[in-house]
Amino acid sequence: MTAHRPVLAVIGAGPAGLAGALAAAARGVRVVLVDSAAEAGGQFYRQPARGLGARRPQALHHQWRTWERLRTGLDTHLAAARVTHLSDRHVWCVERQSDGLTVHALIGPEQEESVAVHADGVLLATGGYEKVLPFPGWTLPGVVTAGGAQALLKGGLVLPGRTAVVAGTGPLLLPVATGLAAAGAQVVALVESAGPADFTRRARTWAGAPTKLAEGAVYAARLLRHRVAVTLRHAVLEAHGTERLESVTVAALDPEGRPVPGTERRVVCDTLAVGHGLLPHTDLAEGLGCRLDGPGVSVDDEQRTDVPGVWAAGETTGIGGSALSLAEGHIAGRSAAARLTGTVPDPREWAPAARARTGLRSFFAALDAAYAARPARWTEQVTDETVVCRCEEVTAGAVREAVGTLGAGDLRTVKLLTRAGMGWCQGRMCEPGVAGVAGCALTPARRSLARPVPLGVLAAPADPSTPQ
Amino acid sequence: MVVGAGMVGAACALYAARAGLDVILVDRGPVAGGTTGAGEGNLLVSDKEPGPELQLALLSAKLWGELAQEMGAAVEYEPKGGLVVASTPASLTALAELAAGQRAAGVSAVRVGADQLHELEPYLARGLAGGVLYPQDAQVMPTLAAAHLVRASGARLQTGRTVVQVLLDTAGAVRGVRTDRGDILAPAVVNAAGTWGSEVAALAGVRLPVLPRRGFVLVTEPLPRRVRHKVYAADYVADVASDSAALQTSPVVEGTAAGPVLIGASRERVGFDRSFSLPVVRALAAGATRLFPFLEQVRAMRTYLGFRPYLPDHLPAVGPDPRVPGLFHACGHEGAGIGLATGTGHLIAQTLTGRRPELDLAPFRPDRFDRADPLDRFAEEAPPWIP
Amino acid sequence: MDPLKLTRARPGAPFTVTFDGREIEALPGQTIAAALWASGVTAWRTTRGEGRARGVFCGIGVCFDCLVTVDGRPGRRACLVAALPGADIRTQVGTGHGEAGHEGAGPEEASHERVEPR
Repeated sequence: MTAHRPVLAVIGAGPAGLAGALAAAARGVRVVLVDSAAEAGGQFYRQPARGLGARRPQALHHQWRTWERLRTGLDTHLAAARVTHLSDRHVWCVERQSDGLTVHALIGPEQEESVAVHADGVLLATGGYEKVLPFPGWTLPGVVTAGGAQALLKGGLVLPGRTAVVAGTGPLLLPVATGLAAAGAQVVALVESAGPADFTRRARTWAGAPTKLAEGAVYAARLLRHRVAVTLRHAVLEAHGTERLESVTVAALDPEGRPVPGTERRVVCDTLAVGHGLLPHTDLAEGLGCRLDGPGVSVDDEQRTDVPGVWAAGETTGIGGSALSLAEGHIAGRSAAARLTGTVPDPREWAPAARARTGLRSFFAALDAAYAARPARWTEQVTDETVVCRCEEVTAGAVREAVGTLGAGDLRTVKLLTRAGMGWCQGRMCEPGVAGVAGCALTPARRSLARPVPLGVLAAPADPSTPQ
Repeated sequence: MVVGAGMVGAACALYAARAGLDVILVDRGPVAGGTTGAGEGNLLVSDKEPGPELQLALLSAKLWGELAQEMGAAVEYEPKGGLVVASTPASLTALAELAAGQRAAGVSAVRVGADQLHELEPYLARGLAGGVLYPQDAQVMPTLAAAHLVRASGARLQTGRTVVQVLLDTAGAVRGVRTDRGDILAPAVVNAAGTWGSEVAALAGVRLPVLPRRGFVLVTEPLPRRVRHKVYAADYVADVASDSAALQTSPVVEGTAAGPVLIGASRERVGFDRSFSLPVVRALAAGATRLFPFLEQVRAMRTYLGFRPYLPDHLPAVGPDPRVPGLFHACGHEGAGIGLATGTGHLIAQTLTGRRPELDLAPFRPDRFDRADPLDRFAEEAPPWIP
Repeated sequence: MDPLKLTRARPGAPFTVTFDGREIEALPGQTIAAALWASGVTAWRTTRGEGRARGVFCGIGVCFDCLVTVDGRPGRRACLVAALPGADIRTQVGTGHGEAGHEGAGPEEASHERVEPR
């Protein structure tokens, strides 16, 4: 062992990263918390900008008491110099080296300079981002992701529009609709494509998760209070407008997921907050060569990836909500603390967190199946003229031509033939849509750079530092 | 029967079909799933020293020009020309000597003085010694090119089908292939499996020592046309011909029709290792920003890597295999497979139909390594993963 | 009720930024996207292919739809970059790197050829 205390770099200061940082810092490990936001919290506990002077930010949040405990724990460790918080650092690569790992991050919103942090271990807690499936009109200004609407609201205290429709599928739609309504927007419809039968079929799972049921009941009560009309087994078929969103067409879905003729109706709105679930951020793990398991990073019972010295926790390993992220982060932090100080951890010490993890994973697997059951026939609504890749403006017709006449049978070939997924976002937004329209499997993209990096930064490496 | 639906296989299919043959094209992956989909699409004469490869490149350039009449826009054919620049008077002298030899072999190569460089490339760094312009250099988008050549060939394309054995008759001649989904009978099999060409050769019981040389390409954000030619430093030619296993990077910079600037070219012998290497990418960025300082503020969006198939003498294997009647090879083009594909396909079609090939195929003989003494200079070419 | 009231916010003094030359009020800490939305502006980029209007989409820095030119620097993500007093925010056209006929990154960077859309 070296004389210095081992360093764990935690990437991401959301629930998983914070839980991991606190668990590791309490057990003799020096933690460097690297996060892209100005304030800790991640997407779930996104804080209003400090300059806005919000005295009651919890009005826009859920599970605030948990946040207060995380925040207090972080402050204590920061004061004791057991944790260093590097905010506004956008990690673009984690590099494996013979003597550990180096985290490379661009500084601040400008992202023109890079810093390097050397660590003995890395915990990837990079969270997830929203999946949106394409439909005609989804590129119009005024159409935002459900999470994007929430981010504008929680972070900027700005109401994204006056008259909003919240649509798509997944558990995120509920807090977004209630949040918008509480903040003063008129939420004219919450359009969820899953139907009641998708949930009643799994009644036994829900009965086994009473706290989750209670959470659902709270949302239901809030929706009622704000008079938000919830329509299940419906979908937004099209967004209309010339320069910006003016209205949407909503229709009922039949049991196969096709729109029921004659049920279409126009709903006037200036904002459409839309989402079809979440996807894990796995770029850093892919760059490191970590194995994936489905869309998320594959981990063992200790939250270790298959790359030595690299742990992963929270939604980067699979979508499962903040409570699961906390449990996984805690386990990862304890495992890392033990392993980095040269001891073998005893899993019995984190048995409660492991039990919570088991229960929440099966709950979310069932929830995911219930929601995923619905937007089955969505590709039929995507006209040939619909742009599916927003960055490169590749239409569904071009994707279909690549498959039909040029013989592409997999996502990579479709991408090479059409440029879908080759633009600024590197396919993060369009991959599920392109794969769906092409009728091929969603395969990992192997992105080696987690974000765009100026060539000047690449050309002149920064000296790695180990913060004291 | 062509094995491999990359650029070379696609060209073999096209020219064979145009010579009147019935063609089946088989690949275990998709079209352009190997090295073709990981390349820049170079059609270069500039980086080749006088000799058989340059002759193949000149023939190929002519054929690409003809194909461009048919499908130029669809494959993003751009006759943009190459500009090779030298940073020092010494390297300029060496470059001028190379260009003189190339000119004698039929290449169009125009000396560019230091003061004229910026008329050709306004954003090029100041203080360079000079360069040579090669108007015959061009570019295509390789995946589109492979897909459109396959389509134009009318060949029966079977992707996702793996050849597991080359079937031979009692006399030892090819009678077809066995795949994971049944046999395909054909009197002639063309090995266009690129980097995996040695594996296909082995299925027919012959040795063809094709090895991978890993290369990274760095892709920038989309830009208006700032880099007009394919621009590279004179050292690149030396790297292409190098026998070293160590990493070599010499900057190769070019704009694309779609907007991003592509930056190559690294060469390493590391087997089929797909892991990302930040030091390699850093070296590429450093080389590119030295040539074009404005790129320092431009952002890299992604990198990709591929495996260039090379043979010990850096020449491809093109033509019939005298050891197995009916077996033909069209692989081992190293980093030049897109450019050399048309000539290769054309020559293969000529030999398949019993005509006299337009170029002497002797330097490309697939069995040329059998004659090698194990102690000769190729002995060091054992793959690095073998202890 | 509005979000500021709901969270009992006492923001610092508002300031102005300009969007395509027009003055817009912003609050300290707000991102450019938040400040523009609060002023009713939802689009600040036109695409390089079809010239279509775009604004914020993912809101968390992933989609790059909200790219905008700030103080002459193109390609800034409006959802991440804070609005600062006096910022000169401009609609980003195409790549933002000065296609023919549009302001680019600087006079020496003026383009010589038009970008070729696919």
